[in-house]
Amino acid sequence: MFFLLDPFFYEIVISGLLAGVMYALVALGFVLIFKASGIFNFAQGVLALFAALTLVGFQTGQIPFAHLLSVFGFHVSHWGSGFPTIIALLFSLLVMIGLAWLIVQIVLKPLVNQEGIILFMATIGLAYVLEGVGDLMWGANVKELNVGLPEGPSEFILDTTDMFIDKLEISAAVVAIILVTVLTLFSAYTKMGRALRAVADDHQAALSVGISLETIWWIVWSVSGIVALVAGVMWGAKSGVQFSLSLIALKALPVLMLGGFTSIPGAIIGGLIIGLGEKLFEFYIGPMIGGATENWFAYMLALIFLLFRPQGLFGEKIIERV
Amino acid sequence: MKKLTIAAIAASMMATAIPASADLAIPLLSYRTGPYAPNGIPYADGVEDYISMINARDGGVGGEMLKILPCETAYNTTKGVECYEATKGEGALVYFPLSTGITYQLIPKATADNIPIHSMGYGRTSAANGKVFSHVFNFPGTYWDAASIIVKHMMDVENGSLEGKKIALVYHNSAYGKEPIRTLQELSAKHGFELVLLPVDHPGQEQKSTWLQVRKEKPDFVTMWGWGVMNQVAISEAASIRYPMDRFIGVWWSASENDVLPAGDKSHGYKAIAMNRPGTDFGVYRDIQKHVLDAGNAAGAGDQVGSVLYSRGVLNAAYLVESIRTAQKIHGVADITPGMMRDGMENLKIDQARWTEMGFENFTSEINVSCENHGGPGLGAIQQWDANSGTWSLITDFVGSDRAVVDALIEEDSSAYAAENNIADQCS
Amino acid sequence: MFYREAGDFKTSYKSDQETFPLKLDKVLFWIAMAIAAFVVPFFLNEYWEKAIFLPFFIYALAAIGLNILTGYCGQVSLGTGGFMAVGAYASFKLMTGFPALDMFVVIMIAGLITAGVGVLFGLPSLRIKGFYLAVATLASQFFLVWLFNKWEWTYNYSATGQINSPQRDFLGIVVTGPYTKPWATYLFCLGFLFLFAWIARNLVRGRIGRSWMAIRDMDIAAEIIGVNPLMAKMSAFAISSFFVGVAGALYFAVWLGAAEPTEAFSIDQSFDVLFMIIIGGLGSILGSLIGAAFIVLLPVLFKNVFVGILGIPTDIAEFSQIILVGALIVFFLIKEPHGIVAYWRTLKGKLRLWPFPY
Repeated sequence: MFFLLDPFFYEIVISGLLAGVMYALVALGFVLIFKASGIFNFAQGVLALFAALTLVGFQTGQIPFAHLLSVFGFHVSHWGSGFPTIIALLFSLLVMIGLAWLIVQIVLKPLVNQEGIILFMATIGLAYVLEGVGDLMWGANVKELNVGLPEGPSEFILDTTDMFIDKLEISAAVVAIILVTVLTLFSAYTKMGRALRAVADDHQAALSVGISLETIWWIVWSVSGIVALVAGVMWGAKSGVQFSLSLIALKALPVLMLGGFTSIPGAIIGGLIIGLGEKLFEFYIGPMIGGATENWFAYMLALIFLLFRPQGLFGEKIIERV
Repeated sequence: MKKLTIAAIAASMMATAIPASADLAIPLLSYRTGPYAPNGIPYADGVEDYISMINARDGGVGGEMLKILPCETAYNTTKGVECYEATKGEGALVYFPLSTGITYQLIPKATADNIPIHSMGYGRTSAANGKVFSHVFNFPGTYWDAASIIVKHMMDVENGSLEGKKIALVYHNSAYGKEPIRTLQELSAKHGFELVLLPVDHPGQEQKSTWLQVRKEKPDFVTMWGWGVMNQVAISEAASIRYPMDRFIGVWWSASENDVLPAGDKSHGYKAIAMNRPGTDFGVYRDIQKHVLDAGNAAGAGDQVGSVLYSRGVLNAAYLVESIRTAQKIHGVADITPGMMRDGMENLKIDQARWTEMGFENFTSEINVSCENHGGPGLGAIQQWDANSGTWSLITDFVGSDRAVVDALIEEDSSAYAAENNIADQCS
Repeated sequence: MFYREAGDFKTSYKSDQETFPLKLDKVLFWIAMAIAAFVVPFFLNEYWEKAIFLPFFIYALAAIGLNILTGYCGQVSLGTGGFMAVGAYASFKLMTGFPALDMFVVIMIAGLITAGVGVLFGLPSLRIKGFYLAVATLASQFFLVWLFNKWEWTYNYSATGQINSPQRDFLGIVVTGPYTKPWATYLFCLGFLFLFAWIARNLVRGRIGRSWMAIRDMDIAAEIIGVNPLMAKMSAFAISSFFVGVAGALYFAVWLGAAEPTEAFSIDQSFDVLFMIIIGGLGSILGSLIGAAFIVLLPVLFKNVFVGILGIPTDIAEFSQIILVGALIVFFLIKEPHGIVAYWRTLKGKLRLWPFPY
């Protein structure tokens, strides 16, 4: 057990777990939608980008479509001033809820009862549209995002244990815990939540007892839009808001696979396992085989788990009948 | 459906295939979209603004107006191919795709079509050997020059010796990022430092373990070959492990305002190699202001003026305009062909007096391209970021690279290419 | 009017299974092929070759390959980019290792190697299904790209890992390298597409194709009626990867001429090919072609219209093009979830009855 003596072992474990929380934040959005509607929402990453762009736009008082307007001869870029963070956050929430309504009405309603792969494809089309609209509205340059979250290494942990743990990631973990608790309470104790679970169990039966599928979908897409906003803020605070933010979806896929597409705790635990596994592998094995192993190792790890449990750790058991 | 599509493409092709007027066509393979757009936008703006300025101020070059043929590549090689073929027919004089991948793609093709390529400080480093790569130019400096100059600067900081020191290279895990490895390995053998290689996969949003590796290895210096979001994340991560910023030195593609701004104050002191002096206190900027910006003809949103990558775009365009002028002088015609443009680039000579005349007072190094040497002088200076004032400033003079090491490597790599493709000496 | 037939009077099994049951279709198809092979090459310039026909042929070939796996056998795969990389690097090693080898042979061997790799990465499909399998195939995508980035032997120890395709020929005609003639590469790739579409068409209506479809429709039921799932799934992975490998070899050697793994064979390739078959039509050869045309040619068309004709700045044109393609995808899915090829079928059904539909 030589590695237990390695002072970096504990640090890599902690940062692996914290990175896992960041992945889980993105994966949560996928799970919510898959659970309620069986849609594998490819647009989740772009949704996070769109949400973060909107937030920065409100914060800095950017005028949407400024570049497009300039083609027609209107040279504007900013309103007088931006909004304070909290108001900007609220506005962004409203935008995400409105967007969810649009998506349900325009894309999903006409596609009720289609096969999974068709719905998946539709979300890809949606991802294209959102990506284009987001960039067109707010421009493609890097934007600084600051919502007042603490950043930098935590002095307390540094002094006591000599480990560098970023405060931003601790806040991300706290936010994730709050988010998961709220979501769990929401689905367990509110009427809406019960309706949600009913829809997840059986669309037809839920419809027959008078639950409106449309409303439920709207709520689910709004909630995952809000989750996307949180994920966008957390990731955007680190790297600035730019197109690459939409690629974080790729880091969430192995998490989903491992945790199961239908389980909220699965997303969290899957995230932790992936984060921990890939960091340990990259840190100890990576240098021997050339490094940059994280991308494929996460998928391989999930694949190995799947060979034993084809529905993921917490996914619903796949029952096949002839 | 399909027929309709083809018919429509055919119709649109007819429209675009109308022969260009006598203007000198400069294809601008830019990327204002996609994951690397934040880097592509200022560069393209710089090129466009300089060329608009030349047209507005001087009425073009030698009486010929310059015309930009814009084409969006999104940093994607397949789109790059489409752009190349689309613009080639319109008399495109020279290609500068700002992408190492697309440059590799174009090297054999453009050489066969007799069109020069200017990959300014990127692309294939060994193309500096004009004896093998007749149509590829990468002046004023190559990746290998940059690596060598960075190591030189480290030596200066360490009072002349890197014996027993450790240097980490954090690089974009692609052809671009791998470029400096060979040089750094040679240099490590020569100067006795240990080299640690830390690749980061595209896009590079998540670099925790890379920087933990840095913590574990405790290198005396970190150098970086990054691009796009990788730069911003690396600088933030370095700051959050309290790595001393003045020992963190990026290549010239990890040296823009975009890269340091998201990390805020913590990026103070970050260093990078530069091809030119930062700031806007030069004649050329006053001319751009007067003839382009004030006239409301700014490219893009017009908010990039003066940034590092914008200046590099301006410099790139200036090299090309001066090459056109040289070509016109050599061949005695104003309406030059791509083949003449190649001759112009090969005979490009700009001394400080000429730079000043062009409005670049003390902006960058002198240049003297020859048939054998397409890589230019290979000079670079180190710039440092001041987070308080939000500006870069040069902290060293323009210095040269370790020619003995770099030239030997160029010779080795280019002769391998020559042997593979049966290329005879192009200069004798 | 167009079709002169009355009723459904097939008298033999052979005539029932014909690809073109109607004589007119058959004649039109061969006329189109003759034009493509004997007339188009005379009018071809490099733009049409490099920007339109080659990408269309190559992606169509990859789409047919993926359609065998996903459309006919029901195994969703996102590893296409990785398998294309295998084909490309195999062809590179063969081209540089055996310079005398004919390009046709090189590409076929590259396909065979890819088929072997495909079977290896197809093994998990025996246990994992649906979207879980789709995400699991991403493991092969990321692993293969990483491997070609790290394993120096695969790129002949070049300093950067870039591979360049040297000049090679097919029956004495130069088909790779910078000095190719447009007609040569055009016909070379068209020939491959024609050959492989023909093979695919005959595979899917034969015994093996039916076993794939049985597995797709319900694998447990298929197993009960005597289809061996191991054989069916592995053969689908092998043949599909063979097609994709050939496409990858052509993509690198003939079309691009240079490649690096991280960019040229990125995950976007995998997604694009999957989009093609869904948009075009799952389980249809014609659908693969239509889907490839949609995803490859539409952006080029929009670009030319927006920038070339309307003169919109390139970035706005690019964004609008992305939005339009996305909106069209959604539009077509809503109007016809079974792919554009279903429109074609409906149209043909109508034409056969026209002008007296009842």
